[in-house]
Amino acid sequence: MADAPYVTANPFNRSRAALLFLGCAVVLTMLQYAALLPSWLHRLPETMIPPFAAWLDVVFNFIKDDLGLLKLTRFLTSGLENVLDASGNIFFGKRRWPNLGPMPWTAVAGVAAVIGYYLGGWRLAALAGGTFVWTALIGQWKIAMETVSVLVVAAPLAFIIGLSWGIAAWKYEWINKAIKPVLSVLQTLPFFTYLLPAVIFFKVGPTAGAMATIVYAIPPMILMTTLGLQKVSPEVVEAGKMSGCSRFQMLRHVYLPSARSDILVGVNQVIMLCLAMVVLTAFIGMPGLGAKLLAMMGSFKLGRSFEIGITIVLLAVTLDRMSKAWVIKQPVHFEKGTSWLNRHKTLVLAVCLFVGFTLLSKVIPLVGSIGRGQDFSQGRELDRAIKGFLAIDGVQSVTYGIRYVLNVWVLNPFRDFMLSIPTPAVILIIVAFAISLGGRREGIIAGVFFGLVALSGWWDRSIITLYSVLAAVSIAMLIGIPLGVWASRSEKWSRRILIACDTAQTFPSFIYLIPAIMLFGITATAVVGSITIFAMVPLTRYTIEGLRTVPLEMTEAADMAGATRMQKLMNVELPLALPTMAVGFNQAIMFAFFMVIIAAFIGTQDLGQELQRTLAGTDLGKNFVLGICVSLMALTFDVVIMKWATQKKQALGLT
Amino acid sequence: MKTMTTALTAGILTLAPLAAFADTNTDSSDPIVIPIHNWSSQIVMSNVVGQILETQGANVEYVTTDSQAVYESVRLGDVTMELEVWEGAFGASYRAAMEKGGIVDAGNHDAVTREDWWYPMWTKDACPGLPSWEALNECAALFATPETGEKGRYLDGPVDWLKHGQERVEALDMNFAVVNAGSAAALWAEIGAAEADKKPIVVFNWTPNFAEAVWPGEFVEFPEWEEGCDTDPAVGPNPDALYDCGNPATGYLKKAAWEGMEEKWPAAFATLQAVSFTNPQIAEMAKLVDVDELEPEEAAEVWLEANPDVWASWVK
Repeated sequence: MADAPYVTANPFNRSRAALLFLGCAVVLTMLQYAALLPSWLHRLPETMIPPFAAWLDVVFNFIKDDLGLLKLTRFLTSGLENVLDASGNIFFGKRRWPNLGPMPWTAVAGVAAVIGYYLGGWRLAALAGGTFVWTALIGQWKIAMETVSVLVVAAPLAFIIGLSWGIAAWKYEWINKAIKPVLSVLQTLPFFTYLLPAVIFFKVGPTAGAMATIVYAIPPMILMTTLGLQKVSPEVVEAGKMSGCSRFQMLRHVYLPSARSDILVGVNQVIMLCLAMVVLTAFIGMPGLGAKLLAMMGSFKLGRSFEIGITIVLLAVTLDRMSKAWVIKQPVHFEKGTSWLNRHKTLVLAVCLFVGFTLLSKVIPLVGSIGRGQDFSQGRELDRAIKGFLAIDGVQSVTYGIRYVLNVWVLNPFRDFMLSIPTPAVILIIVAFAISLGGRREGIIAGVFFGLVALSGWWDRSIITLYSVLAAVSIAMLIGIPLGVWASRSEKWSRRILIACDTAQTFPSFIYLIPAIMLFGITATAVVGSITIFAMVPLTRYTIEGLRTVPLEMTEAADMAGATRMQKLMNVELPLALPTMAVGFNQAIMFAFFMVIIAAFIGTQDLGQELQRTLAGTDLGKNFVLGICVSLMALTFDVVIMKWATQKKQALGLT
Repeated sequence: MKTMTTALTAGILTLAPLAAFADTNTDSSDPIVIPIHNWSSQIVMSNVVGQILETQGANVEYVTTDSQAVYESVRLGDVTMELEVWEGAFGASYRAAMEKGGIVDAGNHDAVTREDWWYPMWTKDACPGLPSWEALNECAALFATPETGEKGRYLDGPVDWLKHGQERVEALDMNFAVVNAGSAAALWAEIGAAEADKKPIVVFNWTPNFAEAVWPGEFVEFPEWEEGCDTDPAVGPNPDALYDCGNPATGYLKKAAWEGMEEKWPAAFATLQAVSFTNPQIAEMAKLVDVDELEPEEAAEVWLEANPDVWASWVK
């Protein structure tokens, strides 16, 4: 217990302060229930709410028109458009320069397999090649390539911009300080808030889609780059200096290679976030899989939507595994005198395959593209299966029971209870929570952030948003943590469950919404249920990871002391895994805040619904205010939980 | 692909002389951007009009957008036209864009739109008095859900469509609770789930729409719409309330264009103004995709090939 003396020496007694705040909150709530509380203490009066939205509109218009930002971004847009057009031509044959495409599917699949083999052997080759073969056979080649054509531009741009900012933040402390809060807001801002500015500044279409994707994908890249560079050991730096490196050479040949693994983890994150945006950006003109998915869902074709979902998951898993394999793979060094051909075997093979298949496609059209009627889509059969499943009597009565119990007895009363608590009391409770877990600084942050939410004038909707998040995360914990504990017992099941987590995370969340409605109706259960699925992923993942990385000495010591399995789990493994699990819990809350906004498509009465209403394009200011409300609530939890996890880790000596 | 090329060449060949006569000022070769949304009839219609414009030598591109956010893009000229402006669903966004300027009215389709309370046919078996709204109100208990208790549930469209379901329930003193769905897809999911065991359900729906082909059904007949029902309490059966009648059964379906289109692509603009589809034509286009499972581009080719007499007159 390294910091035990520190805690006792601290004049600010955390638990007492937290209790005090909590006590005030309870008193306020009691007064409210006894109808003794003046109404201005229950909810902030309308007259006290500053017109943030109107002010923001003025600011936006000033920046957009008077400062000429719109002209600048539109200039950038036209450049980006040219690049996107060219990649569009190569991938799916858009009629633009250089007029070479589209590439035959067999050639792409072949090259993907070769790259997979180079990075990770036969298994990865099969996965990479198989993904593209599946895409072609299921009849989604063209739309998949439309998506890919934007991603191959967006991901590298996000990488370059992220890397440069990361380097700048590492070099200059003030940039680091300035950029951190911006990144935190960007990571928690609901997607709908990006949408409108992207359309206005970057023109609806692939350009806006690419820009929204880039903005969404950059933050982890910046953070990982800075982190990696800070970690470079002084010995390596010394060695570089002794060899007389110039400043640029230091960066290029010393720092960046040493930080390689961290930077590549950033690359992996960029790729995953880009794929996560495939469907959402379809609202602002991103072509391809997402657009098709929205159209399919609009005409109630579940089977086809489901197939598109599988394609997206396969693409994501392939790219994820490939980039992870790249992290592990160290640069290969050849003996002097190895022939060029030997050194570049894979490259030669890839080129040969590509050229071979391209030539073949001139002779056999099927090698070039698979048309309608030749694909193996099972859309109709899947639809029939889903309808058949719903028609089974047992299913409907079970879901009806769940729906009844959850909605009538649990969720709606919980929501009404949260709404009945006076505004100041809610803020006090949150502050108490922040103080007891984090400390004084966290308490102040929580108070300020929730105070701002109250001032925004969207309090009730914010509380409904918060209630959905809390309800979903609680249910996710009840299921996800035991699942993780159980899976961590065996290597085989850990792997299987982790694959399931990857799938659930990358499977477009839109597709769950529909089955959720069909099972539970347009009710709180469907909303909370779909958030739960998403929030369970990090909880399970980090539980498994936390438990599997418990030092062996510890568990052995427990075994020797004669602990039963249960005792070992409760007294040794779980406490040691707790900081890691807390990171998972934090992510679960972030994921839930992301998903609760998307659940507006089911039908909610929270901030998401109001955000959806601003899409008509006239309320940029309001849109931003709503987005910030979500962001502030999410950030409060983020700050508090991360602080707690770090403290705990230090106390356990795990850092 | 072959048929399309042939059709296009034939089209261009037959029309080229006409174009040479008619037009002195020529259209820009910049791409005309047509937005497509997430429902089939609009996607096919956009492809049909796009292919017609291509026969005139225009360079056409499609972009997927949100159906509400699109009006801002039309205003900015990023998108050249919008082919389906529904009075009910998008009237508000369209009028807001009109006020800001940059968008022009390119005329109405022959088709009329209707948006109102609707039920699939199986509902009538349980509540034979339908489609009258009084009969519906008497059957309210049939539509109850765990959350609405005694009251029946009416599933309204997304809030941003401003359908005033709640106001109507109050004005006509109906025994119903209004629940808002978050998206069209959510409405279909509810109907699809009710279909499994033929549960009675009453939802917001509209025509022309693919749903008519999948689930036959009828609109609930409310007191007929009179001018002023939404502004003057005296109009309609309840003298003290607004929204005490059904929606107009003949809402407009409009085309809108970017202000600069007429100048930049005069011929295409003239065609756009002439374009007019009827309800059966829209239903047929939707059917090609939703029931026959054609891709939208192919559906457009098929439709153009089958209906040359319909669209020939639009092209000058």
